[in-house]
Amino acid sequence: MESMISIRNIVKQYAGHKALSDVSMDIKKGEVFGLLGPNGAGKTSLIRIINQITGPDSGEILFNGTKLSESHIGKIGYLPEERGLYKKMEIGEQILYLAQLKGMPREEAKARAVKWFRKLEIESWWNKKIEELSKGMQQKAQFIATVLHEPELIILDEPFSGFDPINAELIKNEILELNKNGATIIFSTHRMESVEELCDSIALINLSHKILDGKVTEIKNQYRTGTYIVEYEGNNTDAQQSSQFELLKSESIDFGTRLQIKLRQGVHLNNVLAELLPKVQLLKVEEKIPSMNEIFIETVNKQTQKSKG
Amino acid sequence: MNKIWLIIKREYLSRVKKKSFLYVTFGVPLLFIGMMSLVIFLAVNQGDKKKIRVVDESGWFKTTLKNSKKMEYSFAEGFAANKEAFVKDGYDYLVYIPANLNNIQMFAEKTPGAMDKSVVEDEINSIIHSRRLAEAHIDSGILANAMKSVSISTTSISEKGEKKTQVVVAQVVGLLGAILIYLTLFLYGVQVMKGVIEEKTSRIIEVVISSVKPFQLMMGKIVGVGMVGLTQFLLWIGSTAILGYTLIPMLTGNNAEKMAEAQQAAATHATNSGDIGSIGELFQSMDGLPVLTIIFGFIFYFLFGYLLYSALFAAVGSAVDNETETQQFMIPITLPLLFTIYVSQFVIINNPHSNIAVWLSMIPFTAPIAMMVRLPYHVPPLQIAGSMALMVAGFIFTTWVAGRIYRTGVLMYGKKASYKEIIKWFKYRD
Repeated sequence: MESMISIRNIVKQYAGHKALSDVSMDIKKGEVFGLLGPNGAGKTSLIRIINQITGPDSGEILFNGTKLSESHIGKIGYLPEERGLYKKMEIGEQILYLAQLKGMPREEAKARAVKWFRKLEIESWWNKKIEELSKGMQQKAQFIATVLHEPELIILDEPFSGFDPINAELIKNEILELNKNGATIIFSTHRMESVEELCDSIALINLSHKILDGKVTEIKNQYRTGTYIVEYEGNNTDAQQSSQFELLKSESIDFGTRLQIKLRQGVHLNNVLAELLPKVQLLKVEEKIPSMNEIFIETVNKQTQKSKG
Repeated sequence: MNKIWLIIKREYLSRVKKKSFLYVTFGVPLLFIGMMSLVIFLAVNQGDKKKIRVVDESGWFKTTLKNSKKMEYSFAEGFAANKEAFVKDGYDYLVYIPANLNNIQMFAEKTPGAMDKSVVEDEINSIIHSRRLAEAHIDSGILANAMKSVSISTTSISEKGEKKTQVVVAQVVGLLGAILIYLTLFLYGVQVMKGVIEEKTSRIIEVVISSVKPFQLMMGKIVGVGMVGLTQFLLWIGSTAILGYTLIPMLTGNNAEKMAEAQQAAATHATNSGDIGSIGELFQSMDGLPVLTIIFGFIFYFLFGYLLYSALFAAVGSAVDNETETQQFMIPITLPLLFTIYVSQFVIINNPHSNIAVWLSMIPFTAPIAMMVRLPYHVPPLQIAGSMALMVAGFIFTTWVAGRIYRTGVLMYGKKASYKEIIKWFKYRD
């Protein structure tokens, strides 16, 4: 697949600390890309460089294969983590202003904005000032401002913060629909469950370095450890001893026993099942796949320790 | 360019649409007119005629103390009895003059007005003076001639020939222009600063500068606010003129005769005190001023002074998170302006072609004020041209510096900036 954004060896240094050290990554056209990392890792610096708010000290960014330039501003929509709109300005007027700054003609912006207001059920708020709106309403308005000019690339920094679960779901569906209609989405967040749900690929940044990237499915595959959860009736301890697996944990549950086992090198699940079937009445067998959350914590801790040591 | 225009438009409209803009725009002329009306009203109705009972034991005044438009004297005998009765008899004051003329006293139900006291005092004094002069056989006409003071009139010689200039008029015009520039630099500079702080604290800044360059936003804001300032000026002039023609006659009872009388009185007073000369002479000396240069200079120095200082104000706004933090950065901005205003009043105005005056009118940070004070004194064209060129260069330079601080400052949330920090921001690459 073609790259929408190619980040090549970006270095950004602020007085006293390095925000990005030699970071490279590729964001493919049409995917939802998760940009992950702890606070202060350098995510916002990278996002600001893609938005051309600041420039890198060295390295370059390609947008659709051409060097990132002012002409790309209108093709990017940005929802910053620190949300903000002019408090005293009317919401409709404000969205038109921001769309015009992105290079949209006013009339066209108005037609689209009206549609969006209807869709997110805030059409009666058009003439209200931002300070009169609830937090959730402001967030909706800001979301509209981000996507109104139909950007090819949408950068969302913690898009769900400040939304109640219902509106978060609403916005999530809007994001997925925009993605289905062709927009590439960069999605920066700490909420790992939304990463698993939404992202095709991710990159993990810690202490200014990129420490992990790739397709979510591939990364998870890579982090599989051959650990399974096995539940069976009764409390037969005989089944817990095997040359095929290592017993990690054993506990009693309502109707029997739950084991956590790790298969030894070269052993397939079927081999284990064949050994267990005669011994016990199986209730459930499930692979324990690491969550993105676990991968995140493990990788970050490992790298933080390495850089300290 | 199109985007800057959008920003200018928003900055302009969002301010002009505010209620407070309306209040200030129409409130200030109303206040001005109100004050002027009050002055005229007081000048026209100078109070009622005062009735004064005089107990004169010296006998000097019975024939000499004459009734005037404001004072009506009547004489009586017996101090003690009159002291009891004068209020009841309908008199405002009782003046008691002992035979030896020492300790002349004035009584009233309440404390006598200072004006009335000095009027009576003057009249009594002048009667005593002329009587004593007469007793000493000195002709009062000769004495008056000897005591007459002169006033020196000044004339500046230019290529157009001699023109009478009145130093006082030049001083007033120059200082007025300088103070106006000083006030407006602050008024609108602070508005720019507040606007920047608002964008920073509301965090909209990040959305906006993902669409436009920080420098474009800064310039758009500066120009937008500047246009608000110009609009306000024009409205002030216009509404003052309209209100002046309609309101003043209404408030003062439309009494043209009284007005003319008051003006006459004012003119006579001015001639007597010898300060400004008659009204006619005043206009004549206005004629001696380089009026066109002053008007053009005012517009130029207001514009470029505003542009230069508001860029600095924008940089200050970008360095802080709220208005209370601006204090430490305001000092270096305020200082040159305050210094120039101070020096103007005491040095430049008295010696407009001295070295310090010339230098202050060349340095872009002090020129808007210093040059305004000097302009009425016929500044050599070469100096004006040099000052203006430096002004433009200074504007470009400060805007460049301010822009570099601004583009980093606006993204530094929650970080208390120091001067050291700001110098670092300035050095960052784009």
